[in-house]
Amino acid sequence: MKHGLAGLLALLVLAGCGEIKPWVKPYERDNLADPIMSFGRMGIANSYMHHMYQSREGARGAEGGSGGGCGCN
Amino acid sequence: MVPKADQVVAVGVTKVMDSSKVLKPLFLLVACLFVIQSLPAPAAVLPEQAVEVLYHRYDQDGQLIDGPAILVRKNFDSTFSLSGEYLVDSVSGASIDVESTASEYEEERIQTSVAMDYLTGKSILSVSYSNSEENDYESNALSFNVSQDVFGDLTTISMGYTKGWDEVGKVGDDNFSEELDRQQYRLGVTQILTKNAIINLDFEAITDEGFLNNAYRQVRFVSDSARGYDFQSEQYPTTRTSRAIAIRGMYYLPYRAAIRGEYRFFSDTWGIRADQYEIGYIHPAFDQWIFEFKYRYYSQTKADFYSDLFAFQNAQNFLARDKELSTFSNHTFGLGVTYEFQPSMISFIEKGQINLFVDYLKFEYEDFRDITQEGYDVGDEPFYEFDALVTRLFLKLEY
Repeated sequence: MKHGLAGLLALLVLAGCGEIKPWVKPYERDNLADPIMSFGRMGIANSYMHHMYQSREGARGAEGGSGGGCGCN
Repeated sequence: MVPKADQVVAVGVTKVMDSSKVLKPLFLLVACLFVIQSLPAPAAVLPEQAVEVLYHRYDQDGQLIDGPAILVRKNFDSTFSLSGEYLVDSVSGASIDVESTASEYEEERIQTSVAMDYLTGKSILSVSYSNSEENDYESNALSFNVSQDVFGDLTTISMGYTKGWDEVGKVGDDNFSEELDRQQYRLGVTQILTKNAIINLDFEAITDEGFLNNAYRQVRFVSDSARGYDFQSEQYPTTRTSRAIAIRGMYYLPYRAAIRGEYRFFSDTWGIRADQYEIGYIHPAFDQWIFEFKYRYYSQTKADFYSDLFAFQNAQNFLARDKELSTFSNHTFGLGVTYEFQPSMISFIEKGQINLFVDYLKFEYEDFRDITQEGYDVGDEPFYEFDALVTRLFLKLEY
């Protein structure tokens, strides 16, 4: 575990220091910038659904939105 | 089915994730981000300045939960943003828990939150505070998040920590007061794969310590009473640690449309394992309209100390009959329509959108019985199931 984390750290630092050539150029990102490609297009409407499911299911976390107390105990 | 006494195992759930195991990698990654952040790079952007208004409605067999929500975000130059959110849940009607044991239920929940985002270089640092109040429950949470674009902005790494503290009360008992503390650790990576594909990987660990019961909910056990069973208060462990990992992706189709998929795995120290799958299709049409379809499937196993009917009173040290801790699955079918507009009459509004989403939910329980049904032997009642309709009317104005 320690070696893995150290390796990851080293990789990230070295990669950050080096000249990374993005394989998708900024001018090729029109499709990705389209609002329909957003994970959180619906703002608080998405947050509400996370809360609605949290109140009725045992699972919680990693919903893709910000966390916080739900008061749903 | 009535569990036999010798099959009832006293369950001790006291495992708590060693916090150092969670904190250590987070500290390492924070250090890494500070190193990378010092490198020259183009800037990330803050969320757009906007007002969001939502009306939400949850309708389930006589139980109605609805209310408004509003979020206002104001950006000060391009590096600093403040936002505030206010949400109301108004509950009317009775759930199966209330019908079964005549216990009290909250009538209104009000949630307020404020957040601050600061953009520096390719990093966004965020702090937020959230408070949720009911007549018998108060929840507070303070969150810190940082996100960082790296590798030519193809990758965004994010991490967050939340400290939560709740106060649990009980209607009709002014002396009842319990506490619950919560810590959440988040780590996420979003990666551009191609000019048409993007994926996101999220991990979140949550630890709770304190009063995790519901102050009213009861479990049932076999007794000599006329109906064949009686109730006693539920008893939960005072700690819980859970981990969830999710992978989600989106792909831009050759015509202007998108598909998305998601899988989430969840497990906790109470013995619950859950899987969630979701797919969606987003299709713009008629210039200003966007249509969206989604299907979500969720299933989970029960907590180790859950039973619909215990063999006798105090059959275990921990006792639960909360259907959210039982074995069940649910399906969600969702349909959404969005209308985008640019109001020429209101000069300070750049663009807006109005959305209507309707989700149909079907829950099917495998070991939670509907004891409001009459004419059945104890433990042979039909399994509970219900449908619900969730409606969201959402307006967003960017200014």
